Order: sequence, then C-alpha cells, then structure tokens
Amino acid sequence: MNRHLLSIGDLDRSEAISILDTAFELSKISDGAMKKLPTLRGRTVVNLFFEDSTRTRISFESAAKRLSADVINFSAKGSSVSKGESLKDTAQTLQAMGADAVIIRHSASGAAARLADSGWISASVINAGDGTHEHPTQALLDAYTIRSKFPELKSDFSGLKVAIVGDILHSRVARSNVLLLKKLGAEVTLVSLPTLLPVGVESWGVKVSYNFDSILKNVDVVMMLRIQSERMNEAFFPTAREYSRGFGLDQDRLESLKSKAIVMHPGPMNRGLEISAASADSLQSVVLAQVSNGVLVRMAVLYQLLGGTPLNVVSNSKEVVN
Amino acid sequence: MNKVLKNARLLDGSIVDIEFVNGEIAQIGQDLSGKLEIDIAGNLLIPSLVDLHTHLREPGREDSETVATGCLAAVRGGYGAISPMANTTPVADTAGVVEQVFALGKEAALCDVFPIGAVTQGLQGEKLAELGAMNSSRASVRIFSDDGKCVFDPLLMRRALEYVKSFDGIIAQHAQEPRLTNGAQMNEGEISSRLGLTGWPAVAEEAIIARDILLAEHVNSKLHICHLTTAGGVELVRAAKARGVQVTAEVTPHHLLLTDDLIVDYDAVYKVNPPLRTSADVLALRAGLADGTIDIVATDHAPHPSEDKDCEWQEAAFGMLGLETALSVVVLAMVESGLIDWTTLVERMAIAPARIAGYSGHGESIRVGAKANLAVIDTSASWTVDRNKMASKSKNTPFHEMTLPSLVVKTFFNGELVFDISEKGGV
Repeated sequence: MNRHLLSIGDLDRSEAISILDTAFELSKISDGAMKKLPTLRGRTVVNLFFEDSTRTRISFESAAKRLSADVINFSAKGSSVSKGESLKDTAQTLQAMGADAVIIRHSASGAAARLADSGWISASVINAGDGTHEHPTQALLDAYTIRSKFPELKSDFSGLKVAIVGDILHSRVARSNVLLLKKLGAEVTLVSLPTLLPVGVESWGVKVSYNFDSILKNVDVVMMLRIQSERMNEAFFPTAREYSRGFGLDQDRLESLKSKAIVMHPGPMNRGLEISAASADSLQSVVLAQVSNGVLVRMAVLYQLLGGTPLNVVSNSKEVVN
Repeated sequence: MNKVLKNARLLDGSIVDIEFVNGEIAQIGQDLSGKLEIDIAGNLLIPSLVDLHTHLREPGREDSETVATGCLAAVRGGYGAISPMANTTPVADTAGVVEQVFALGKEAALCDVFPIGAVTQGLQGEKLAELGAMNSSRASVRIFSDDGKCVFDPLLMRRALEYVKSFDGIIAQHAQEPRLTNGAQMNEGEISSRLGLTGWPAVAEEAIIARDILLAEHVNSKLHICHLTTAGGVELVRAAKARGVQVTAEVTPHHLLLTDDLIVDYDAVYKVNPPLRTSADVLALRAGLADGTIDIVATDHAPHPSEDKDCEWQEAAFGMLGLETALSVVVLAMVESGLIDWTTLVERMAIAPARIAGYSGHGESIRVGAKANLAVIDTSASWTVDRNKMASKSKNTPFHEMTLPSLVVKTFFNGELVFDISEKGGV
C-alpha cells in the first residue's frame, strides 16, 4: 500500500478490501471490554484541519487514540494559518515536530496531494476531505457499512445497486464513493439535477438519472448527499423547497424503497431538506452505523499506513495501555 | 566599425557573409571582411523574434521580474522586441507609466520594449484610460489591452474599438466571460470534474470572441484576440477573416504543446489563464497557426515567485514563463510535426507580429538596409530546460527537464551582439 491515502484511486481493489477486512478485525476488539490497542504507541498523528469539521476530526482522533498514538489537533482557526502562514510553512513546522502521519482537511481541492508530493514532509498524509475532490475514508466507511448490511457481498459488490443522490458537482464524498463502489463491482446511479452534475460525468462509468422517483424501487442503497441551501444563490436550483420536492428523501419515497434497502448520509444532515426526519430516523437508516464504522475504518487506515504490527498478535494482547 | 557575420545560413539554404554598419545590414555576399568577424558556422540566421504579449513585473513586483531581467530572458530566447502588458502596479494606464516602462527598456538596451497600455482605468473595466495620451507619449502605444481581465462591458468595448481608430490603434482582448468563469481554476472537462476544480469552459472564451468580432465588424476597427485556446475560437476567427473582419489572433507556445491532463498532481506550474485545454484543442490551434487563421505566436510570459506556485492549486497564481523556451517549443509543436517550415515559423514569430504592431526595424527580411535585429539558431541542437538556469528572475516554466529542439546561440540588437551562448550566462 502507498505511504499516503489521498484518493481512492491510490488503492487497488485488494488494498481496499484489505482495509475493510482490517476494520472488521478491529471491530471484534472494539466490541470487547478493552478498546485500546498499543499498536501506534509513540507515534504522532496530527489532525490538520483547515476547515471546520468536528465529526471527522473526532472520528480520526478516536481512531488514533484507540491505537495509542499521540494526537495533536491543529485547527486553522485562531492559529498562524489565519495570519497568512502558507500550507508549506505549516507542513514544515509539523515535520520539525516529528509528525508520523498528517490527516488533512482543506477547502482547496488537491491540498492533500500538494502536502504529500511537494517534498515538504516525510509523514504519511491522509486526505480527510479536500475541497470538492475526494474524501477517501468516507467512501471506505460507507463500503464497510454496506458490507455489514449485505454480508453476502464479501469482497465483490457485483449486483449491488447504489444511488447517490444530490449535489454531485460539489461533493467529494460522491467522487470517492463512485471510484470505490465501481472498483468493488457495484452499479452506481447518480441522481441529481443537470446543474449539479459535473461536465464529463458520462466518462465516470455510472448511470445518471434526473428522476429520483424512477429509480427508488430498484436500488439497494440510497446515499443522500448534503445540499447547501445557498447553492440556489448561484442558480443551481430555484429554491430549497423545489430541490427538496424533487430530490429529498421524504416519507413517500422512503416507502417506495425495497424493504431491505438502506439509507445512508455522510452527515451532517439537513433534516427536512435532502432527507426528512422520518427517513433519517427510520429502521432503514444506517447513519449512526456510518459514524461508528468511521472510527473502525480510520483505525484500519492508520494501522496500514503506519505499518502496525500484525493484527492477530495485537488482538491477542492483554496489555493495558493508558 | 563594421562587423561581418561569416557563414550565415539563410532560410533559402544559401550560406552568406553579412556586413553590419551602424546597426544596419550594409552588404550581403561572399568572402566579406570586417574589423570584427563572427563566424556562425552555417547556423540559421533569422530576423529576431517579436513578442506582442509579455508580462514584466516592473513597476510593482520587481521580485518576480524587472524590465531588465525580462529583456535578458527575451534575448536569450531570440527576441528583439517585446510588449509588456499593462497589469503592473501601478497599472500602465497613463502616459507616465508607459513612458517609465519604455525608458527602462531603453536603459536595459538589450531589445526594444514597446509597452501595451490599459484599455480601462486601473483595469477595472469601467472607464476608458487615456488612450490618446499613451499613444502620443514617447512610448507611442498602439496596442491596448486589459490582459488578465476581459473588457467585459460591451458598450465600453465598442467605444474602445472605435476610439483607437483615430490613431490606427488595436484593442487586444483577453477573451474571458467573467460570469461563466467565476472561481475558475482549469479547463472545464473530464479532468476538472475528476479533480474537483472549478471549470473554465471553452464557451466563456468563445462567447467573447464571437461578440468582439461582431463589434469590430460593426465599427470597422482592429481587434486582436490574445492567447486563443479553443478549437471553437479558431473556427470563429477563421470565419471572421473569411468575411473580411479586421481581426488578428495569437496563440502561446504552451497552448500548442501542453494539455489539461498534466494537472493530475495539482502542480500549479501548469496553472495558467486561459487554461491548458484538451488535445483536440491543441490540434486545432496548430492547424490554425499553420493555415494563418492564427497570425502569430505570443509568449504570455508571466513570471511568478516560487511562493505563488509552491502552494495549494486554488491559491496559486496563473501564468508561465515563455520567452526563453518559445522558439524551441514552436519548433517541436509545429516544425518537427511537419505542419510548417522555418519560413512560416519566422513569419508567425517575427514578421507578422512586427507588421500587426507596426514595430519598425523588426520583422524585416534579411536584406541590405534592414535593421540588424537578428537571431542565430542552431537547428541541429537540442537542449534540456533547467528552471534554475533561466535569465528570468522567476522559475515557473512548465518545460523544466524537457528536452527541446533548436537552440538560440546569438542575438543581435541593432547590430550589437546582446546574447551569445558561448559566453558565461550569455553576455
């Protein structure tokens, strides 16, 4: 596996499966009384967040701490970054401090790649969301969640039909999910307004639908994306209500789904906009499972990137770590 | 003192000796002798190149380029005249600023520096700058451009086109519809969608080209299209020329060679405005340059300090160096591909730009009485670009470590040797 995780494109199919399998092994440990492993003791993991995202940051923080890493949270707000320090200087500062891994969230597409490829630092870089590019750990945790609900899939998602619904154009979650789901063999349909689909989407190897209702009965997974209501100010759609009528997962649409279909959302949700409260809280919703699986998958990624000791040894350890 | 160039190969293949007296060609013949003889050993002698689109950063950003360093880069690239754009700080929108840049060029004394004036005050696109004052200044500005920004207001564009007719001026348009390119980072297409970078669609360039061609036709004025990048833009210019509109167009060396799929690693050295396009666009631009739809090559030489490139893509500055690599890139894209010969290359890079801009003493065929503004090219050589060895103050060349054909070995300006590759650092 590469030293960095910048894009789902960095992983081949077997590496992706290996992360999911590792996360599954870790889940067995996490279900036990002793949740913490000594694997990354003495290693320093930096959460470098240029964009506010409490949920992603605490997910990575929990993952690193459960592996006994030292965690430094570096938030751009109120730091030297807001005083005009460049990404390069920030990176070199972290390097001088001896970071082993840097988890970066940034509003600029490609910021994680720049951090990894510019020779500024030697640490492993994990992309925790860069602009409208990718969010690879989200896609991995989504795949993990899908597999946990459809255990017959194992390492081949052939036959699984997934709809990704909403603002594809601006969604890093959608880009990473398309890449990973296709890699695993699933059939992906992007459901959105023409204004919210990227130019050239026909080259992505996915189906496209402008009509949410027409695909509801056929899909196994409905992945709802967060819509930013201010997009209407840029004329992507006329009003939030019109968007919601066409692409919100409301009660009627929820009832049209197959009984075994699951409803996903990367969070944070706009209840009443892209997803109704009833849908979000329904039995078919796996939103909370996504959150808890996020910690497991991020543990697995840290574990593999930072070269943890073989898992079977660690999982048998009775060592108590503070 | 007379000077004789021995064994110069001309475009027709003949080998001649050429005598310079007082900065002009006095004699062309065989076995000429002079007080100073320079043997160029059968290398190709051409009129020095003329650039109608250059960014020097003086006044304002002398850390990235001065007029003097820009001139040094120019003569290393075989140029005899360059045309700095108006987007300096302060903006070259008054007679004072264009005269300052003009004077700095005279002081450097390496090549001619003919400033381009702003169309609108402060490049704000709101009020016309004093175009007449710039024209009648010592800098004698004839070309006006808000380059970097589009003169978007159609009424203002119309007025500018009309206004400069009184002194046979030209408006050079940076064709970019601003609303369609809000926040744009790279060519809109498959690559931008994959990378999650905001797209700069071809239609944003073509919509302005189409509008301005119609305006120029309506008021019968001269329009020049800066840095054409799209296949559709080439078609628009071709059709306009066919019906007699006074439109000329330029293409940059980088748009003749590089495509948007180079951006996969978010290396901001490839960030340029207008952006790198697709291979279909590159082929259309080459065909347009070959058949004369595109009149000239212009460098859009745009120096930037490393901190403005060594950063996140969307924070990085737009622009690439061009002067020192232009000739070789055009040889690679156009001559080696068999689309044009050296005679046409000289037409597109020296003769036509001098003719469009009216730069006297430049772009003249090699004949008795012509100014000795000449470049010597080793057409059999190849060289590897090293960004750390540029004459420019900046290093943002996208051709770093590329091996390119043809090497400029000497440049003469008014008969003086201003660049010689055999000397350390070239003069």
